[in-house]
Amino acid sequence: MNIYDILKKRIVILDGAMGTMIQRHKLEEEDFRNVALKDHAYPLKGNNDLLSLTRPEIIKDIHRQYFNAGADMIETNTFSGTTIAQADYHLEHLVDDINYYSAKIAREVADEITAKEPHKPRFVAGAMGPTNRTASLSPDVNDPGYRAVSFDQLVAAYKQQAAGLIKGGVDMLLIETIFDTLNAKAALYAVDELFEELGKHYPVMISGTITDASGRTLSGQTTEAFLISMQHAPLLSIGLNCALGASALRPYLQIMANNSPFFVSAYPNAGLPNEFGQYDESPSAMAKQVEEFCKEGLVNILGGCCGTTPEHIKAIADMAVKYEPRNLNSVKASG
Amino acid sequence: MKDYTLRLSGLEPLVITKDTNFVNVGERTNVTGSKMFLRLIREGNFEAALAVAREQVEGGAQIIDINMDEGMIDGVESMVRFLHLIGSEPDISRVPVMIDSSKWEIIEAGLKCVQGKCVVNSISLKGGEEEFIRQAKIVKRFGAAVIVMLFDETGQADNFERRIEIAERAYRILTERIHFPASDIIFDPNIFPVATGMEEHRRNAIDFFNGTKWIKDNLAGAKISGGVSNVSFSFRGNDKVREAMHSAFLYHAIKHGMDMGIVNPGQLEVYDEIDKKLLEHVEDVLLDRRDDATERLLEYAEKVKGKGKEKVVDDEWRKAPVEQRLSHALIKGIVEFVEVDTEEARQKYARPLEVIEGPLMAGMNVVGDLFGAGKMFLPQVVKSARVMKKSVAYLMPYMEEEKRRTGDTSTSQGRILMATVKGDVHDIGKNIVGVVLACNNYDIIDIGVMVPAEKILETAIREKVDIIGLSGLITPSLDEMVHVAKEMERLGMTIPLLIGGATTSRAHTAVKIDPVYSGPVIHVLDASKGVPVVQSLISPAQKDATKIKFKQDYDQFRIDYKNRRKDKNFVDLTKAREHKFKVEFENVVEPSFIGNKIINNYPLAELRKRIDWTPFFLTWELAGKYPAIFNDKIIGIEAKKLFDDANELLDKVVNENLLQACGVIGLYKANSIGDDVLVTIPVAGTEQKQIFHFLRQQNEKAADLPYLCLADFIAPQDSGMQDYIGMFAVTAGIGIEPIVEAFEKNHDDYNSIMIKALADRLAEAFAEKMHELIRTEYWGYAKGEHFTDEEIIREKYDGIRPAPGYPACPDHTEKLKLFEVLDAEKNTGISLTENFAMYPTAAVSGFYFANPQSKYFAVGKIQKDQVVDYAKRKNQSIEWVEKWLAPNLGYDN
Repeated sequence: MNIYDILKKRIVILDGAMGTMIQRHKLEEEDFRNVALKDHAYPLKGNNDLLSLTRPEIIKDIHRQYFNAGADMIETNTFSGTTIAQADYHLEHLVDDINYYSAKIAREVADEITAKEPHKPRFVAGAMGPTNRTASLSPDVNDPGYRAVSFDQLVAAYKQQAAGLIKGGVDMLLIETIFDTLNAKAALYAVDELFEELGKHYPVMISGTITDASGRTLSGQTTEAFLISMQHAPLLSIGLNCALGASALRPYLQIMANNSPFFVSAYPNAGLPNEFGQYDESPSAMAKQVEEFCKEGLVNILGGCCGTTPEHIKAIADMAVKYEPRNLNSVKASG
Repeated sequence: MKDYTLRLSGLEPLVITKDTNFVNVGERTNVTGSKMFLRLIREGNFEAALAVAREQVEGGAQIIDINMDEGMIDGVESMVRFLHLIGSEPDISRVPVMIDSSKWEIIEAGLKCVQGKCVVNSISLKGGEEEFIRQAKIVKRFGAAVIVMLFDETGQADNFERRIEIAERAYRILTERIHFPASDIIFDPNIFPVATGMEEHRRNAIDFFNGTKWIKDNLAGAKISGGVSNVSFSFRGNDKVREAMHSAFLYHAIKHGMDMGIVNPGQLEVYDEIDKKLLEHVEDVLLDRRDDATERLLEYAEKVKGKGKEKVVDDEWRKAPVEQRLSHALIKGIVEFVEVDTEEARQKYARPLEVIEGPLMAGMNVVGDLFGAGKMFLPQVVKSARVMKKSVAYLMPYMEEEKRRTGDTSTSQGRILMATVKGDVHDIGKNIVGVVLACNNYDIIDIGVMVPAEKILETAIREKVDIIGLSGLITPSLDEMVHVAKEMERLGMTIPLLIGGATTSRAHTAVKIDPVYSGPVIHVLDASKGVPVVQSLISPAQKDATKIKFKQDYDQFRIDYKNRRKDKNFVDLTKAREHKFKVEFENVVEPSFIGNKIINNYPLAELRKRIDWTPFFLTWELAGKYPAIFNDKIIGIEAKKLFDDANELLDKVVNENLLQACGVIGLYKANSIGDDVLVTIPVAGTEQKQIFHFLRQQNEKAADLPYLCLADFIAPQDSGMQDYIGMFAVTAGIGIEPIVEAFEKNHDDYNSIMIKALADRLAEAFAEKMHELIRTEYWGYAKGEHFTDEEIIREKYDGIRPAPGYPACPDHTEKLKLFEVLDAEKNTGISLTENFAMYPTAAVSGFYFANPQSKYFAVGKIQKDQVVDYAKRKNQSIEWVEKWLAPNLGYDN
């Protein structure tokens, strides 16, 4: 059964946070190094994507935990797997490996679980993060015309990442945590070029981030303007993740659900950060809030972002099974 | 039915359906069409060029067309630069952009700069199918809509048949060969001049209309656009005819299906207002209704020549009667004519008081209503108050004169006493509330800052006030407010007590203040909440019920609060200490000097760059992040105006050096001993010791999380490792008094609040700048760091600078030692009040912790065991500690 058919039948569950799970392992600098990186001159601790190469068993175990909690789809451990983001660690040369191996280990776990439960096929989404630069904002307040990254640089970086993910065996690509629409446009541009070269198309998912109560992306767009700016690509889904907790996300999700011609996804954080910067909303509290999305028929894909764990995903999956997915024909008639 | 909606976006969506009215494309940011814009771009004056774009959007353009096709300028570079700059101007970039060029490389460069869905203007079959397909595919990949000029290998479509032939061919190629969305195809069927005298131009307009209709009927989803002014080309110099011709052309084109176009709104007459005779002649030409249509129009045109539409003058309102002028000035906050108008009103009315009660109050009522309804914002209201105050000040001598003859004439709705309590000097919030209440016709008696309870009560009784309002920012002020309330009770007063200010809260008011006073005590969150509260407390009809209601509300709040408190768990101090934050002290860097360093007259121009504007807007009760706040639909425009006013004042402050930024920083050897930090201070060749005491979190946390204390970030003495600590005290408020005084004398609350708010921001910026110098130079533990100003404002760097009295070290009394060590009063001019508030208020002081693992946190509530321990460490009584740490006590005392 392909993902489109499943999405028409039920709400599909995405996994939860990777970072939160990695933190539980209390890893040290040496965990981020293998033989090849033994003498790398810069600190690598915190470069979670690298763990797919240095501690793959940890990443595989996290993937497995999410699948066992009820996730249909997991994200590869490649949030920062672009040359732009890896430049912070002077590891641009490892980008191909990070994406290929992250995809490969995720694929292995997905296949292992699918073999056990063939009635519920498991999917791997290649995660493509926003990079740490913005193409439509100047980082220099004194020079608003300056840009720290160009569209062409972003296209090249995303194309390389997507190629590695596809080679490693992902089922679809997920361009996520988008805070600057122009970055995401570059990603769409890159994958479109890549698909043309490969002669094969893969489903593409889009997930933006509303940064505060103004209801806008960091680059200033309203939710609807963001949707319009992404709508030219034949997407599998579009939705929102991160930044706000589930209840604060709801009004913007409604805008998505009312206007999107694609499936709609949501994977909020476990609440808002507490005074220590931790996300501490409990699984049941989060599932209860997310249940509102399901009651209103707003979503097709549900999961968790910062602070969520397999316990959260299990609570969400157990809840979501009771509800019908959003009907694609519910898009507000216009034109 | 298929959805053929054209959806475009800037920061906001522009959705064009078949029911949408004509979409107006701004044309002035086009170097081929505007000489002025070309000159600005040529001179590299992009700021003025941006103003042109902004004006267009403000004037109603729904899309802005940008064109840089000119031989003398670098088209690619100018397009990119201009689009980047627009991207930083939310009031422009909220609308979609039309990237207009005949050069493909300019279009492609432009597409790479725009986050929203824009329009490419244009592509065509001029260069053959292959090139057309190549370009269209790229446009599609960028997700833009496209204008297709009706042009092919043999030339431009200039009659009906050619128009439909090329349109159909282009449409088929786009939709069938490359699957370009039909709704994103916009045809420009070429608008050519009419009435040129040439026989072959007679059908130019009508062929456009018919071509438009054919396209709309036959090419599903396609839209129509065009540049309208071309049609009247032969009547250059005759605005009257051109304006009529443009609107008549549009009227018919829209009826035939034209969706959008480039029209200069200044060159447009209202169709229904076109002189009937002229309209008939114009339509004869456009619709090719008579053989002699052109001659007749030319003849008629001579008669009406030069009577173009008059420009609307901005000061139209000056012609209205004086009452309306005053009202207008109040609502718009215009001070320019207020004295002239007030004088005119004074002469018109029998008594000066009637001017206040009549036109001025009428205007202020409108302001109050608009503010209450959220249609006006605080900065506007304060500007309105400035007009009101100036007008009243003008009338004052006449009223005094009258008073002498007739006796008292008070008309106010009620009298409110406002004060910042003893030991506290912060008054921005209090002043704002005062201004807003005054706008609502309350008589405000503001007795300033650092006012002892006795003086507050004595004034209240003497002046027979109806309400007392207390304000405070630092935590010890909370206690002082309890004291004032107790005194009111003792004196048997019954009038309402309002509580406001940054550290006050509903919880504190309900739990600590309300129980000690039998009259009503109400916490007021901000200025906008103040007015309805005061109204209900003074209105004879509502006041009794209101007082009872507030008492009941706070009773209930206390019960709920106690119940909630029970759920909170704490760990004892021993356990918290066992789970202290484990920090590695490996690469402790020795500072470049030990001791104090004075930094006086730091350049304000430098500090200005570091200003974090978001809190500035909060001061004015405009909530939103800078610069995104400028896009806010509701408050964006006012925020921008406020920002411009602030920068104007800043220009003056910086250029004329009106404020001085003075600071002192110090770096010392230090080691932690438990929750204390022992600091060694070099004094005249010898060394002195000073111990700083810190508090530890006790709120129960998940199993593996640490209980933080600032001392954890300094290497323990028994580690044998020498560590260091830094301290600082900075101000940007030296010299502020005469400025504030001058503004107040001029009844200009707006600027008096503004200068204080700006000095606060400059002080924060100064603290940020010093912190950077500490990191990269004086202490030098992060010599290689490289951050943008933006990243620094977001505190991306290593190390922290917590301030005494704030969440990580809530004990204000530690500030005294900090000031002693730094000799801050002498070195900077900052003094401490008895409750440890700093004066000037635009001041910041605190500690520097360099360890990369150090982070900000909140101590939160603490338990009795820690209070006992802390009292012992500080050599103070438990009661004393409980008094100063009252807001942090996690138990009832």
